[in-house]
Amino acid sequence: MSAADGRLLDVASLAVQLPVGGELRTVLHDVSFHIGPGEALGLVGESGSGKSMTARAIARLLPAGAVTTGTISYAGGDVTALKGAALRSYRAEVAMVFQDPRAHINPVRRIGDFMTEALRTNHGVSKADAVARAIGLLAEVGIADGQRRLEQHPHELSGGLLQRVMIASALLTEPRLLLADEPTTALDVTTQADVMAILDDLRRERGMALLFITHDLELASAVCDRTAVMYAGQLVEQRTSSQLHDDPLHPYTAGLVGARPRIDGDVTRLAAIPGRPRSAYEAPAGCAFADRCEHVEDACGEARPPLEPIEDGFVRCRRATELRGMLRAGGRHG
Amino acid sequence: MSLVELPTTAVPPARRRLAGRGLPLLRGTGLVGHLCAIVLLGALLVAVFGAAIAPHDPDLTNLSFAFVGRFQDHYLGFDSQGRDLLSRLLAGARTSILGPLVVVLLSMLFGTVLAIATAWKGGRFDTIVSAALDVLFAFPAIVLAIIASVVIEPGLKAASLALSVAYTPYIARVLRSAALRERSRDYIAALEVQGLRAWVICVRHLGRNMLPIIVAQGTILFGYAMVDLAAISFLGLGVQPPQADWGVMVATGQSGVLQGYPMESLCAGLCIVVVVIAVNLLGERLSDRSTLVTR
Amino acid sequence: MLIVTLFVASFAIYAAMYLAPGNPIAALTGGRTPTPQAIQVLEERYHLNDPFLVRYVRWLGNALTGDLGVSIPLRSDVSTLIRQRIGTTVQLVAFASLIIVVVGIGLGVLGGLRRGIVDNVVIVLSTLSAAVPSFVASIILLSVFAVNLGWFPVLGGGDGFVDQVRHLTLPAFALAFSSIALVARITRASVREEMGREHVQTAISRGIPYRLIVRRHVMRNAAIPITTIVGITVASLFAASAVVERAFTLNGIGAYLIQAALSKDIAVVQGISLVIVAVFVVVNAIVDFLYATLDPRVSLGTSAS
Ligand SMILES: Nc1ncnc2c1ncn2[C@@H]1O[C@H](COP(=O)(O)OP(=O)(O)OP(=O)(O)O)[C@@H](O)[C@H]1O
Ligand SMILES: [Mg+2]
Repeated sequence: MSAADGRLLDVASLAVQLPVGGELRTVLHDVSFHIGPGEALGLVGESGSGKSMTARAIARLLPAGAVTTGTISYAGGDVTALKGAALRSYRAEVAMVFQDPRAHINPVRRIGDFMTEALRTNHGVSKADAVARAIGLLAEVGIADGQRRLEQHPHELSGGLLQRVMIASALLTEPRLLLADEPTTALDVTTQADVMAILDDLRRERGMALLFITHDLELASAVCDRTAVMYAGQLVEQRTSSQLHDDPLHPYTAGLVGARPRIDGDVTRLAAIPGRPRSAYEAPAGCAFADRCEHVEDACGEARPPLEPIEDGFVRCRRATELRGMLRAGGRHG
Repeated sequence: MSLVELPTTAVPPARRRLAGRGLPLLRGTGLVGHLCAIVLLGALLVAVFGAAIAPHDPDLTNLSFAFVGRFQDHYLGFDSQGRDLLSRLLAGARTSILGPLVVVLLSMLFGTVLAIATAWKGGRFDTIVSAALDVLFAFPAIVLAIIASVVIEPGLKAASLALSVAYTPYIARVLRSAALRERSRDYIAALEVQGLRAWVICVRHLGRNMLPIIVAQGTILFGYAMVDLAAISFLGLGVQPPQADWGVMVATGQSGVLQGYPMESLCAGLCIVVVVIAVNLLGERLSDRSTLVTR
Repeated sequence: MLIVTLFVASFAIYAAMYLAPGNPIAALTGGRTPTPQAIQVLEERYHLNDPFLVRYVRWLGNALTGDLGVSIPLRSDVSTLIRQRIGTTVQLVAFASLIIVVVGIGLGVLGGLRRGIVDNVVIVLSTLSAAVPSFVASIILLSVFAVNLGWFPVLGGGDGFVDQVRHLTLPAFALAFSSIALVARITRASVREEMGREHVQTAISRGIPYRLIVRRHVMRNAAIPITTIVGITVASLFAASAVVERAFTLNGIGAYLIQAALSKDIAVVQGISLVIVAVFVVVNAIVDFLYATLDPRVSLGTSAS
């Protein structure tokens, strides 16, 4: 495999186990997807489905003692085997934006130190130069008084400003791939839209690839070319964003599409998926979604269905072809 | 000496599951906690019955036996005055252990009452009491004990009283934040709405729910009290010789140390160290547990 | 706040001593029955008949100018007596502080960064040393290194720098012993806590080398609680040194305070208590100040806790 086949990042059959109380617990199971240069992939799923773990596995930020199987390759090289300087230079090309900027920025150092740290230590950029570039990028993310902000400490900035700072500093080193783990979840609704728009614009300008993690299927569709859906540590479906929304193939995806609060006339309706989300280790033996699926059959409980290619993507459901068209958004109610 | 709240690192889920095992009082303190409790129970028994089970008269001097080592049923030999060392260690446990126990009970009483009262009343009362405690903070325990020894008279009573007062601000400060946390919970408001009297709520509910922290802090404090009280006796301002006491024995044995007979000082010192280790280990575990309970 | 605390503390010290039993005249005349004239002379010289508040105000006023009164048994100026001895105490405390900082923080960082054997050794060492009070440590060190091995002098202060260091080595270690454990534990816990923080993940994700992450993020942030605990510990050493000075018969203010307490030398107990309390309060104020400079989230106004 190499970058020649148009893939910047290639994740294949990724599985991750974490040590919990002396035993290994599966949190990711058979996750496969790829991202081309400049392409944006959305990763959607409920809380605990393993979205963050996927991003952390790619960024090599798994907790100590984690066992990883499967492959993650970046520009043709094996990411899981990287060490020392090679790992650091990989990290220079793959930047991460975290969900909670307040926790993810050192509270006792200045914003300027935070923003210019990587440039100065890893790229040998002079202080004056790094500061100038930081001010430039702050302007691009909509912070006009960059000079002053660089002198401030994180507690003096609002959450929205901090997330812009985080995005600006991720872009400062000109990465080729950005991993954005729910970059707007911690922000209020209006700020969310602003930050998202900035992130989307800057990414397109720079031709940077993006792995965009969110709870929000709609948001993922708006920002990303393709969207993948995770459930209980597995990828259950991956399609072009518009197809996923209009013609979901997995019953879980259909549920997610229906679970969006929508305004139908004058009633707001939330069509929730019955039952509670499962983590990978709690999932039933066969299809992980079997115990919550309204289209379940006896055979669904027998074996884990594989991720099967279908037209523009992949789906993990025995009955995908059979049920096609019946799973329209909110279809269960009509 | 100062009591400091240790930053508690997150407890992994596995520890939480284990929390169900063990004696009710010691639940969640693990094997080490139980072993320490056994050591402490033993120490307490010796403190109460030590003088009675001592094989010889701890005060009987015989200068011709001074510094003589192990001899017949004198298993640890003799001290500088030719008194049986083992008997003196057993007899000395009384003041060395019951003294700090009294200190802990007194300062926990003062500290808890002040903490709950300030947390409950708040406002002016809280400000004034906290300011007074801040002034008290400025007195290191040993200095307070020295002053007490001059004002009252050198002895266990003055020293215990001084230490109880010296520790009160630390205890009050730690427990006050716990009491505030507890006070802000909904159930307290519910009880108030039901028209329960303030002191009933404080004693029956607030106080009882703070019990794990009170027990943990009291245990940790015992270690400090034991060390400080022994130090004061070592200085000659606490328990007065010839009465047997571990702190006093470390001091009276010092002449022997310089002459190459360190048994008396070392044995007495070892007794202190063993009890303090057991108390510290148990206190640490109890306090880990109490932070789990109150979260 | 600092001033108020010191003021109230000085009043408390003076008032407590005023209540102390014992007759200064008897102390002055050493038990002999003095003539009424002699009593009157003494009473006037030492202002024994003035009302309490007058005497307190005079004492405090003099104390502020560095005059702590007269030691009746020694018939000598308390300030001079303290000045002669405080050097030894300051040296001892400074030496012990150095040991606490180097060994305590060193062990703590080691335990915080490494897991497994190194960490367990640190835990066991600090559990042990936390339980050894300074006077027991004094006895053990004396017995092993001075009496048996003869590496260090047994007692006393010594002359000249090298000799003084040699004389102060064992006392300083004895004084530092249990504080090392406290500092090591807080350091270990803080380092560990900081290592697990999200912002450290951010730094790792950007490819910052481990060494720099430890220095710029972990140690820089852990420095806040570490400074606090070291400060509190050092402040308490002045009082604690009394025990060690006495065990090693060092001629410092601590040992002198004990001697004065045993001989009921009121003026000296008052004077030294005041000095120790003042040092304690001032060092704690410095710690608060450092805390506020190290942690930008705390503004100086709110740090006085
Ligand atoms: N340090 C850890 N040790 C063990 N299990 C963990 C750890 N962190 C997370 N998990 C488990 O891994 C699973 C996946 O977690 P992950 O954080 O990837 O979920 P997520 O999809 O990002 O959810 P969210 O939307 O809440 O961020 C969850 O079941 C979680 O309980
Ligand atoms: Mg997540």
